[in-house]
Amino acid sequence: MAEQRFVTLDGNEATANIAHLCNEVMAIYPITPSSGLGEMPDAWAAAGRKNIFGTVPDVVEMQSEAGAAGAVHGALQAGALTSTFTASQGLLLMIPNMFKIAGELTPAVFHVTARTIATHALSIFGDHSDVMACRSTGWAMLSSASVQEAQDMALIAQAATLEARVPFLHFYDGFRISHEVNKIEQLTDEQVAQMIDMELVRAHRRRALNPEEPKLRGTAQNPDHFFQGREACNPFYLRCPAIVQKTMDKFARLFGRQYHLFDYAGSPEADRVLVIMGSGIGVVEEAVDKLVQEGQKVGVVKVRLFRPFDAKALVMAIPKTTKSIAVLDRTKEPGAAGEPLYQDVVTALAEEWTGPMPRVIGGRYGLSSKEFTPAMAAGVFGELAKPQPKKHFTVGIDDDVTHLSIDYDPSFSTEADDVTRAVFFGLGSDGTVSANRSSVKIIGEATPWYAQGYFVYDSRKAGSVTTSHVRFSPRPIKGSYLVHKANFVACHQFHFLERIDVLSLAEPGATFLLNSPYGPEEVWDHLPREVQEQIIQKKLKFYVVDAYRVARETGMGVRINTIMQTCFFKLATRLHKMLPPEAAIGHIKEMIKLTYGKKGGEKVLQQNYAAVDGALAALHEVQVPDQVTSKVHMVPPVPDSAPPFVKEVLGAIIANRGDEIPVSAMPADGTFPTGTTKYEKRSIAQDIPIWDEKICIQCGLCSLSCPHAAIRMKAFDPSLLDRAPAGFKSADWKGKEYPGYKMCIQVAPDDCTGCGLCVDVCPAKDKVRAKHKAIDMEAKLQHLERERANFEFFLTIPDVDRSTVKADTIKGSQLLLPLFEFSGACAGCGETPYVKLITQLFGDRMLIANATGCSSIYGGNLPCTPYTTNPEGHGPSWSNSLFEDAAEFGFGFRLAIDQQVTYCHELLRRLAGELGDALVAALINNPQETEEQIAQQRRMVRDLKDKLATIASPDANSLAASADFLIRKSVWSFGGDGWAYDIGFGGLDHVFASGRDVNLLVLDTEVYSNTGGQASKSTPRGAVAKFAAAGKRGRKKDLGLIAMSYGNVFVGQIALGANPLHAIRTILAAESYRGTSLLIAYCHCIGHGIDMTTAMNHQKEAVACGHWPLYHYDPRDTQQPFHLDSRKPTGAFREFAMKEARFAMLARSKPKESERLLKLAEEDIAYRWAFYEQLAGATHQVAISGEDGGDGAKKQATSEEVNA
Amino acid sequence: MSVDLRTKYLGLELKNPLVAAACPLTESLDNLRRLEDSGVAAAVLPSLFEEQVAHEELEISRVYERGTDSFAEALSYFPEMDDYRIGPDSYLRHIEEAKRALSIPVIASLNGTSEGGWIRYAKLMQDAGADALELNVYFIAADIEMTGAQVEERYLELVSAVKQSVAIPLAVKIGPYFSSPGYMARRLVEAGADGLVLFNRFLQPDIDLDSLQTAPRLVLSTPFESLLPLRWIAILCGRINAYLALTSGIHDAHCMLKALLAGADVGMVASVLYKKGFQYVGTILQEMQAWMQQREYESVSQMRGSMSQVNCPDPAAFERGNYMKALTSFTGKFI
Repeated sequence: MAEQRFVTLDGNEATANIAHLCNEVMAIYPITPSSGLGEMPDAWAAAGRKNIFGTVPDVVEMQSEAGAAGAVHGALQAGALTSTFTASQGLLLMIPNMFKIAGELTPAVFHVTARTIATHALSIFGDHSDVMACRSTGWAMLSSASVQEAQDMALIAQAATLEARVPFLHFYDGFRISHEVNKIEQLTDEQVAQMIDMELVRAHRRRALNPEEPKLRGTAQNPDHFFQGREACNPFYLRCPAIVQKTMDKFARLFGRQYHLFDYAGSPEADRVLVIMGSGIGVVEEAVDKLVQEGQKVGVVKVRLFRPFDAKALVMAIPKTTKSIAVLDRTKEPGAAGEPLYQDVVTALAEEWTGPMPRVIGGRYGLSSKEFTPAMAAGVFGELAKPQPKKHFTVGIDDDVTHLSIDYDPSFSTEADDVTRAVFFGLGSDGTVSANRSSVKIIGEATPWYAQGYFVYDSRKAGSVTTSHVRFSPRPIKGSYLVHKANFVACHQFHFLERIDVLSLAEPGATFLLNSPYGPEEVWDHLPREVQEQIIQKKLKFYVVDAYRVARETGMGVRINTIMQTCFFKLATRLHKMLPPEAAIGHIKEMIKLTYGKKGGEKVLQQNYAAVDGALAALHEVQVPDQVTSKVHMVPPVPDSAPPFVKEVLGAIIANRGDEIPVSAMPADGTFPTGTTKYEKRSIAQDIPIWDEKICIQCGLCSLSCPHAAIRMKAFDPSLLDRAPAGFKSADWKGKEYPGYKMCIQVAPDDCTGCGLCVDVCPAKDKVRAKHKAIDMEAKLQHLERERANFEFFLTIPDVDRSTVKADTIKGSQLLLPLFEFSGACAGCGETPYVKLITQLFGDRMLIANATGCSSIYGGNLPCTPYTTNPEGHGPSWSNSLFEDAAEFGFGFRLAIDQQVTYCHELLRRLAGELGDALVAALINNPQETEEQIAQQRRMVRDLKDKLATIASPDANSLAASADFLIRKSVWSFGGDGWAYDIGFGGLDHVFASGRDVNLLVLDTEVYSNTGGQASKSTPRGAVAKFAAAGKRGRKKDLGLIAMSYGNVFVGQIALGANPLHAIRTILAAESYRGTSLLIAYCHCIGHGIDMTTAMNHQKEAVACGHWPLYHYDPRDTQQPFHLDSRKPTGAFREFAMKEARFAMLARSKPKESERLLKLAEEDIAYRWAFYEQLAGATHQVAISGEDGGDGAKKQATSEEVNA
Repeated sequence: MSVDLRTKYLGLELKNPLVAAACPLTESLDNLRRLEDSGVAAAVLPSLFEEQVAHEELEISRVYERGTDSFAEALSYFPEMDDYRIGPDSYLRHIEEAKRALSIPVIASLNGTSEGGWIRYAKLMQDAGADALELNVYFIAADIEMTGAQVEERYLELVSAVKQSVAIPLAVKIGPYFSSPGYMARRLVEAGADGLVLFNRFLQPDIDLDSLQTAPRLVLSTPFESLLPLRWIAILCGRINAYLALTSGIHDAHCMLKALLAGADVGMVASVLYKKGFQYVGTILQEMQAWMQQREYESVSQMRGSMSQVNCPDPAAFERGNYMKALTSFTGKFI
């Protein structure tokens, strides 16, 4: 037996290690939660890490999962050991090739982080709906139930496929296993090699397509012989289970861990048995252990090999004493006789069971990572014990519609007293998760204790709340479920106490650590009443540390991870003797060196060390009074004034009570109201912009640039000020449109994220103190109450009439009401200012088809939706179909709208007698090109509906149902560069060719932002990205040029921060064009590695150096459709590039390669510019942009100059 | 008659007294090779600014951490890279490469802010193979509570600490803004400086009238600027036991000759390289030789310091106020 090597890592890393070692080619594509599976081999390959064959695998990103599967198929056919990684819809895109790979009896392993397939809603979390959709492909399906198994089964699959010649889909539960950090025994490279039979590898190579020994595969066959050919593979499938078992046995001989196709645990004389597959196994096993100890005769069958399904092996695994069986499926097949595992078990029993047949029932659990606990498993055993158990049930939800859910006792717990069970509430930005990941690693690798960490994130990117669930145990930790009874609770943000019931998870006598600005003597009176009550009732040991003070004093900024981690170790190691506190501190410092040594350097190390020492000195125990004294209460998640649905459903989700929502409360078809972010006052900013009306030049740049619609401008009649609150500021309107009017710039203090973009773009400086601008960031708490009152009043000020607004100016556009507000996008997001602007310009008549990605997440992730309505109730109607099809989805909108308009016209003509010719003609002939004409059409449609209500005819009813389509619709497809340049390009291209009136907005961050920064074909040469860890070598694709080649597509390339006026006018021109329009918008992103607070101004440099030339191509201008709208590049590209970490990283890691690529990138710029100049004609003029680039920031601009 | 241009600086044997000063030109290996080919006798690498290194380290750390572990789909935004060079790594590699590529001495330059930083980086530079170290002390006493004595003490402590931590020769580059530069020079030598480089040209902040923001402004030196260090070289020569380098304003052979006459062991050039190119080094050396031959000087060592304050015909001239001397020059008579 080899020496044991314990490491703590997550399921993806455990698997990726095996995949890297056992493969020569990996064709990959990002999708959550499998992206990490590809990122690691890519980074390892960039660093030259070899596989067991002695070569560095070729890790290649493709344009989609379909492309990845195609490349994999090809590489397999050409003799390479090949793999890929995916999940959910990505796996579905691979299915066509999976049929082929299996049909050709090709050894291969795909590693799948099983994830929910989008149905009524998208979900990134885990269940088996994706892998179950592959049941008919002919792939073997091997399931892992833990991080340890993820490694072991990955290797078993790899070894077995070579002998079986059946391809293997190795899967484990997305997030629950892929992202759970656990202590495992890791195999060495040599051990991995021991499992791979090189003769079988050579056999695979001999089967490859080879012109020296030519062969042909992939024929087309006819009815007379196809069937026989299809049946010819049967022996391979019949042999496969035995091969897998043989491989498992070899694995056990070599490494000591024995697996079987079906493993059984529990009473040998069980009368009730649960059959389950995946991460729920450990949960059920914990319940079984406890119930058996209590004397119950129960057991669990753990399914490892789901396909080929070995009925005999299953029956062998089930005790003969079994009277009833519950089969748990983590998937739903609406309309089926039962879920897949249930059906297979029933079939197997029918075929193989001897003696009296046990009763079998089937249930669903854990869809989309829904929490599945030992209590629920015990509930299922309870159901089995009933005389008439539900044949088909659900567990873990309250189904009050079809009443399928079963009851369970939530107090049933299997947690042992000697296990440290800790829950940490933190912010994404404060480093809580990284601290806990580090703690798990320290305990897992520096002590004999076992460690488990699982991290829960909310759905917002800015101000995201994280909850870390951590266990340390003297025994291996089987159960993959959240900590429900914590003996240690840490709250890393004091303000959470008002909004999150952090102590609900604390068991009596638990330790409570609070990051508090108040010391041990004064903190008590600042706690909400509910918190005081729980501390007293549960007799909690209460400690405080002012982590932010320590962080400030040690230069750590807002990162309090090291400080809180140190306090945790000091307290937790006292709880259970895992590690002496002094040794723990030593390990923390070692971990700091490991973590920051290579990325941060000495300065960062010293700061962290100082933070550790500072933390120990700042930790204090609080003497808990025996009386509840507080007058402060926790605040409700949404205000009482919110609509019932918002309060009862969305409010419950916000308050972390989503698990309690019954089935009846959820919309059955996934349709939700818009305009709900305004109810969720998260108040996440530390500093907010404060307006000085005396300096303001009223340019509107602040409002335009705000990613969250949290700073706004209005012009209004001065009489409205009579009811303004005392602190409300206003100034005289500068402009001719609204003489005598007042104006104001107002911040929404609870919705602002504090990104500072508005201040950075503000061009107006004080004449006396140049550092003071018309808006400055100031501490929120000083201004909160006043600005809350101001914003409430501001909302009551009516917007000016849209038809009077000069929408083609910065200032004018910002008088229009944003119909996209307070999204959960990152603070300082570069995408959302465009989205907001477009809703200001066209939102009241927009349909949006949104590609999956950042824009679909901040646009449509529950609980709250940022798309909203104007006072008349009109606003964008939004939907997300898939990642790859937003262009086609929007195109479908257009087809339907045009058909409906045609139908309405037909009905209008039919009903002209009753409606009157004048109204009919006006409705049909209104060109609807101006705001006034559109407003007029709305009025006429209202009149039409009134008239139709008086006409009793089927035509009138039909027209009434469709009449809204007579108002001109603005159809948009939104998506990122991953969509437009890569996975959705085919659809985009087809919509270009269609010429139909669809506006395609590419929010181009030059990287896959939503999945964490993987390279796209928009990623510039020389930049580092995931999947391009060695630097992007190819030239950036010129999407605009491809679109222009059709001749009938409006194309605009814009950069709001570089030339806002150009952006506004190009957007207006694109929308006004009654054909296909493509807008490519430069969006800065965290993935660029820049200072996000100055990102808008940084866009100027992107344009100035020629990296992002501004232009528009308008097919209506038949003489000269192409206009180059930015100046000839002046700055050096590499100076711009070196201000961004994505480029600078390569310069630091591979200077020569960086130099080579940057030189090529400069040549790209020169070539493209020369080409564009030719397109623009010899005498092209720079359009639109003024002397200062139209932004007004270069000099002390006036509003007229900015808007000129 | 051939002239012996050889000199010694910081104990290093140099083929002539012309040294490339610390400036961005010496950042590139290619430039260093060209400088050697053109005839410079040693090169000072650009200063490693501790403040900048620390700032970069923090920024890199922030960039890596921004947005991490906040959102389930994007737990990080950049690939993990093992061979990432941070802090002084690039600088140290540059020293190593320069040493491999050049036969002339390579002097590393360090601008530190903390005692720990000075010592750590000085050691690293020594280990990387630097022949000598130039401490570029650039400290602006912006705190109006700080006394001159405190400022001086800070300098001395730093020099002493670095001297104790490295074995290679140590030069200290200072500015002229001391109440008593001569006294300060003596104390620096006592603290361990093997040589003094006079004087640092401080980058001064400028105001951008468009953006109303401050920005550093780089202005190339003029020959006139060489007169200030010339005076102090002349005053210090023979009075302190240290090598002297004149930097700032050496633009031609005449400036170089004056520096040597005043007592400098070497003259350092930068601005003239920007203005006239590397090949101008050869012109300076040729013209120096020509002048020396014409005046029948045999060697640099012979002429070095011959016009220092102690050796010159009018020692008081180096102490006289500029205005008086200038007026004398202008009117042709002493008022």
